[in-house]
Amino acid sequence: MSILATKHTRLITQGITGSAGLFHSKGCRDYGTQVVGGVTPGRGGTKVEGFPVFDTVADAVRKTGANATMIFVPAPFAADAVEEAAEAGIQLIVCITEGIPALDETRMKRAVTAAGAHLIGPNCPGIISPGEKCKIGIMPGYIHTAGKVGVVSRSGTLTYEAVWQLSALGLGQSTCVGIGGDPVIGTTHTDALRLFEEDPGTDAILMIGEIGGSAEEEAAAFVKQHVTKPVAGFIAGATAPPGKRMGHAGAIIAGGKGTAAEKQAAMRAAGIAVALSPADLGTTLAKAVRMAKERKGAKRRPATAQPVGKPTKKAAAKPASKAKPGKPARR
Amino acid sequence: MKLHEHQAKELFRRAGLSTPRGELAAHAKEAAACFTRLGGRLAVVKAQVHAGGRGKGGGVKLVRSAQEAESAAAAILSRPLVTPQTGPEGVTVRRLLVEEGLDLRRQLYAAVLLDRASETPILMASAEGGMDIEEVAAKKPKAILREVVDPVTGLSAFRARRMAFALGVEKELVPALATVLRGLAKVFVDCDASLVEVNPLVTTGDGRVVCLDGKVTLDDNALFRHKDLAAWRDVAEEDPTEVKAGEAGLSYVKLHGNIGCLVNGAGLAMATMDVVKLHGGEPANFLDVGGGATEQQVTTAFRLILEDPSVKGILVNIFGGIMKCDVVAQGVVNAARAVGLKHPLVVRLEGTNVELGRKILKESGLAITSASDMADAARKIVEAVR
Repeated sequence: MSILATKHTRLITQGITGSAGLFHSKGCRDYGTQVVGGVTPGRGGTKVEGFPVFDTVADAVRKTGANATMIFVPAPFAADAVEEAAEAGIQLIVCITEGIPALDETRMKRAVTAAGAHLIGPNCPGIISPGEKCKIGIMPGYIHTAGKVGVVSRSGTLTYEAVWQLSALGLGQSTCVGIGGDPVIGTTHTDALRLFEEDPGTDAILMIGEIGGSAEEEAAAFVKQHVTKPVAGFIAGATAPPGKRMGHAGAIIAGGKGTAAEKQAAMRAAGIAVALSPADLGTTLAKAVRMAKERKGAKRRPATAQPVGKPTKKAAAKPASKAKPGKPARR
Repeated sequence: MKLHEHQAKELFRRAGLSTPRGELAAHAKEAAACFTRLGGRLAVVKAQVHAGGRGKGGGVKLVRSAQEAESAAAAILSRPLVTPQTGPEGVTVRRLLVEEGLDLRRQLYAAVLLDRASETPILMASAEGGMDIEEVAAKKPKAILREVVDPVTGLSAFRARRMAFALGVEKELVPALATVLRGLAKVFVDCDASLVEVNPLVTTGDGRVVCLDGKVTLDDNALFRHKDLAAWRDVAEEDPTEVKAGEAGLSYVKLHGNIGCLVNGAGLAMATMDVVKLHGGEPANFLDVGGGATEQQVTTAFRLILEDPSVKGILVNIFGGIMKCDVVAQGVVNAARAVGLKHPLVVRLEGTNVELGRKILKESGLAITSASDMADAARKIVEAVR
C-alpha cells in the first residue's frame, strides 16, 4: 500500500515534448508507471517515444483515462498548466517546475483546492511508491525499496540521501513524497502526515523539513494530536544565517522566525525523534520505531487488566502476531 | 530583488500615494542644493542602502539648513554604514535621499506580505509605527492587525476601511488612510512584490496620509514580467560572489567559516553545512550547484569557493540522481586541475554510477580524500583544516 501514487495511477505529462519532460516520462515508464500520454498545445495528434500527445488536458483525460499529471511546463506558464489539470478533473497533480512566481502559486493553490485535487510541489522531485511500481517525478527510482516507511520532505537530493540511508538499513518505503521548497506549496507536511497515518501500508514516518515558514511546527502539532505511528524528523539549515535565502525560495529565516531550533523544539515536544545530523536520518527512524514498539509492549500488559480497555481502531486492525515492525522491508 | 527607498517611493507615487517631496544626491554639495530647492526649514538626509535599521546606524539625519545638510551628507558618505542588519564591516553609501520635513502627527506601520501559513498575501498594520516591528510583534502581538489581501484583486474596500478604523486615526482621515492601504496592496499585487513595507506611515498636521519611508522587495521569480523594474537592480549592493554565482546558475551564500562546501540540491547543501558544524567545523559558504549541474558549472563553483580567502579546505558532497557521479567526478577532477588544488579536498559521492565516479577520483593522481558517508566526510574535512 501507499499514498496517492499507486498501480492504478494513469499518468500524463504536461510539457512532454520538452527535453526534461520527455526524458522523465521515459524514466517513469521504465520504472513501471503507466504513462498514458502527454500534453503540448499545438502538438496534439502526434506521438513522441510512443506517447500519444494531446492539445489539452481535457482531451488527454477523455482519450486516455488519465488521473494524474506530471508538469514540466516552464515557470511563466506552469500555474496555468496546474489550473488546466485541476479543471480537467485530474486528481493528482505533480508540478516539478521551479521558479514559479509566488502570487501565481497562491492562485493555483486556490484552483486546486476548489477542485478537490491533490497538488504536489511545485519545485519538487515528485512522488514515488516503490511497492506499487509507480514513480511520478525526477528521483532516481533504483535507490528506493518497497516497505512501510513513509517519507515526506521539502528537499530533493536530501530526500534521496534519506531514502538511501533507509534502504541501507533494510527499511523500505511505502511512499516518498517531495513536497517542494517554495513558500506556497500544494501538499504540506501536515497533509502528507494525515495520508500516511491513514495508510495501512505505512508503519512509520520520516519527515524532513528545512528553515523558513512554520509548516513543520504545524505538522508537529498535528502529530501530537492525530498521529499514532512513530515519526522521526530532521530540519536542514541549523547553520543558515537569518535573512538569507538558502537556494529554495521558501528557505529563509525572516524576522527571526522559521529557525531550525524552533522547529526542532516543536517536533520534540510532539514526541518526534529528531535527528541532529543528516547522517543519522535512517538510524533515527529505526530508533523511533524501536521505541514505539517498546512503549506498546509496556502499555499492552497493564491494558489487559483494565476493565474499560476498549481496543482502539489501530490495535484492532493490527494483529499482535504481526512480525518485526522494526524491519518491515525484509521479506 | 530589493529596491532602494527612493525606488519604492516611485512605485508608491505611480499608485497615487503621497510621499514627501525629495531629491537624490551623490555628494555633500548636492545635498545642500537639494535642501535649498526643497525650500523648507527642515529636511531629512537618508542613506540609500538595501540594509534596514539605517536610523540606528546613523544613516538618517534631520537637518535645519543647507549647511547642516552638507555636513550630514558628508558624514554619512564618508564611511561604511553599520546597521543591525549589515554586520560589523558595514556597507558603502553611494546615494542619499534628501526629503522635506513634515509636520507629523500619528506614526503608523503598514506592510503587505505573503503569509505562508494562510497561503495568501496579507496587510499587516499597527498604530505603533516608527518602531522596530519585530519588537512590537514580540512585546505586544495584539498591537499588530491583519487583513487578507486577494492575490488578484487586492485589498477590498471594506477591509481597508475596517483596518483604518481599527488603527484609530481621526475620523476625517479614515477614507484617506483606507485609500493608502489599498494602494499599498495594489503595489504588492501589480509589481509581484514579496514585501511592501511603510514604517512609518504618517498623518500630517495638514490632514494628509504620507508614506514617510518605503521598503519593497520584488519576487525574483516574477521579474520576467516586470522588465522595467528588473532594470532597477543595484548590483553594487549585493555580494559580488553571490552575483557571479547567480549568473552561472548557481546558488551561493557567503558564510563566515573556512570550509568551502560544494553540494547538489538546496536541502542537502544546508544539511552539509549542518554536519560540518556538528563535527566542530565552520562552513565558509552555502553552494547548491543544482540538480543537473554541468562540468562547466562544477568548475565555476570551485573557482567561486577558492576566491574566498578564508577557505582552507573544500568538501564536495554529491548525491547523484539524474546527475551521474562519474560526470561529477570528472568535473571535480578537471576543476581541481584547472584552478590548482592548494587546499585539502574531501569528496563524498553516492548514487548513480558511484563506483565509476570513485574510480575517476582515485586514478586522477590528485590528493583527493574520499569519504564513505556524510559524517565521515565532515570528520575528514574538519580534521584536514585543523
